[in-house]
Amino acid sequence: MAGTWGRFNIASLVLGFAFLYLPIVLLIIYSFNESRLVTVWAGFSTRWYVAMLGNRGLMDAAWVTARVAFLSATVATVLGTMAAVALTRYTRFRGRLLFSGMVFAPLVMPEVITGLSLLLLFVAINFDRGFATVTIAHITFSMCFVAVVVQSRLITFDRSLEEAALDLGATPVKAFFQVTLPVILPSVVAGWMLAFTLSLDDLVIASFTSGPGATTLPMKIYSQVRLGVTPEINAVCTVLIAIVTVGVIAAALVNKRREVLRRREDMALVASA
Amino acid sequence: MASLGSTRRTFAPWADPTARPYIRFENVTKRFGDFTAVDDLSLTVYEREFFALLGASGCGKTTLLRMLGGFEQPTSGRIFLDGQDLKGIPPYRRPVNMMFQSYALFPHMTVEANIAFGLKQDGMPKAEIAERVAQMLKLVKLEQFARRKPHQLSGGQRQRVALARSLAKRPKVLLLDEPLGALDKKLREETQFELVDLQYELGLTFIIVTHDQEEAMTMADRIAIMDKGKVLQVATPAEVYEAPSCRFVAEFVGSVNMFEGTVVEAGSAARLRDRSGAQFLVADSGDASPGDTVWLAVRPEKLRITRERPSEVENALEGEVWDIAYLGDMTVYNVKLADGRIVKASTINSRRSVEDALTWHERAWVSFLPDAGVVLTR
Repeated sequence: MAGTWGRFNIASLVLGFAFLYLPIVLLIIYSFNESRLVTVWAGFSTRWYVAMLGNRGLMDAAWVTARVAFLSATVATVLGTMAAVALTRYTRFRGRLLFSGMVFAPLVMPEVITGLSLLLLFVAINFDRGFATVTIAHITFSMCFVAVVVQSRLITFDRSLEEAALDLGATPVKAFFQVTLPVILPSVVAGWMLAFTLSLDDLVIASFTSGPGATTLPMKIYSQVRLGVTPEINAVCTVLIAIVTVGVIAAALVNKRREVLRRREDMALVASA
Repeated sequence: MASLGSTRRTFAPWADPTARPYIRFENVTKRFGDFTAVDDLSLTVYEREFFALLGASGCGKTTLLRMLGGFEQPTSGRIFLDGQDLKGIPPYRRPVNMMFQSYALFPHMTVEANIAFGLKQDGMPKAEIAERVAQMLKLVKLEQFARRKPHQLSGGQRQRVALARSLAKRPKVLLLDEPLGALDKKLREETQFELVDLQYELGLTFIIVTHDQEEAMTMADRIAIMDKGKVLQVATPAEVYEAPSCRFVAEFVGSVNMFEGTVVEAGSAARLRDRSGAQFLVADSGDASPGDTVWLAVRPEKLRITRERPSEVENALEGEVWDIAYLGDMTVYNVKLADGRIVKASTINSRRSVEDALTWHERAWVSFLPDAGVVLTR
């Protein structure tokens, strides 16, 4: 083993992972700290988790974030999928380049600019800022990520599947929902999850577009940290990390399991043939 | 006139002036930007006909099929099916079904669900759907595969599912786009005959697109040979092979020796002089008149190859055996003439061994009878 790995490789691996995960590991460790001082270790305790649950402001912010993320991810998935379908399907319409450029521009647009322009819009049309405006803002910027993910799948989608559905008597709408959507569903789900996480951890755009009563968790954490890091924040962040990690592992496991089942089924068929 | 080649069965509505065409393309043109895929094409297909569109890739045959399926709209011209103008009718309302080249099986559905898909769209009662699906599975001999997904089937089985699915709705016309392209040679040959039997039993009209001339000749009642968006000839396989309408058709279907020359005497005992100066006696010069430049097309199997000049045959050329291709059932000789032209002559190997066979670099004569070739003017 040592021969194939080599000292240099081991060293770079350790350094690389340390660079990535040391801050996070520190944060998790200190969330179990007994002391109120974040940098002084005073023994193991879960008291900050209890305190976190009792912190009304923090819990409200978490609830707002969850709702915004769920709603914006869902709407963004619908709009992003529609955009992706239109862009892959109608390759010849006038102004396609402009349209696709406009769909994908927010990917590289600095968040400050997106946030500011949305704020100006909401002010201009006299839209009261709050839950609705944050959600709309999140839809706007996460929609293009969904479009990218879904479009990359649609490019390899065999158009003749849809034509076959039409040929067999399905209207275009039915063909989409009964054939196209089921086939591209994994990419749509991936797009939804991406939009959900993007919304979950957005601070900049939310700060611009939010109003009273609609403070998201990242905003809350940021404002509290400015007054000094409390172990409560560490606890919240640890919970967030746990949720994301469990989600990723669960998705991977489900995929793996499906793969194994499919292979076993195929093997059984080959054996019986 | 004696009939050309052999006929499979006596079915020839195209020869009957009172027969009503079932499908009619009327001056159909289809352009994609600057590219003209189908160019002012007119064509008729009769009911219960097995019709083949044959041509190289890019000749417009698939576009023609897709226009009938409703996936492309003609730029100009009209298409009629059973007297009805198909203009503006979307694919899901046309009484035709298509079998796609890629099969286009729905990967997330079982074989059963794939076959039932079209029936469900029509709102057929469940019991009837089940019955029809069972019937279709039996037809293509896939009863025990009903609950499998497409990825769990072999290429040949997938092809059968696609066929069953496209036949399930009992369409008036079945369109087949290179249906056997993905199968290996042996399976393809078996399937060709199965398709013909199926078409005959069901009494449906089949239109098949293929680039494989053998496939077209095996299956079709009539073949349309296409090039650059135009139909060059529509005829039975035997006519296409024995009486091609032009050089392209003669060269596209089977192999052929083409002698370019001028007409010396026209008529039923015509004389041609070819480029090297040799004179040929030809039984029929068609509509060519003396002085015209024409091409005499002679199929390799209609040439005889001998060591000595045959005394009784007028058309004979001397050369050197240049190449011999032994194909098992027959042997093809490439004979190089004095002016460098290569002439192909084939002989059937009706016996297992031949004493004193012709070999490489021997002098040999190729000869043919006056009615062996066809005079082509274009």
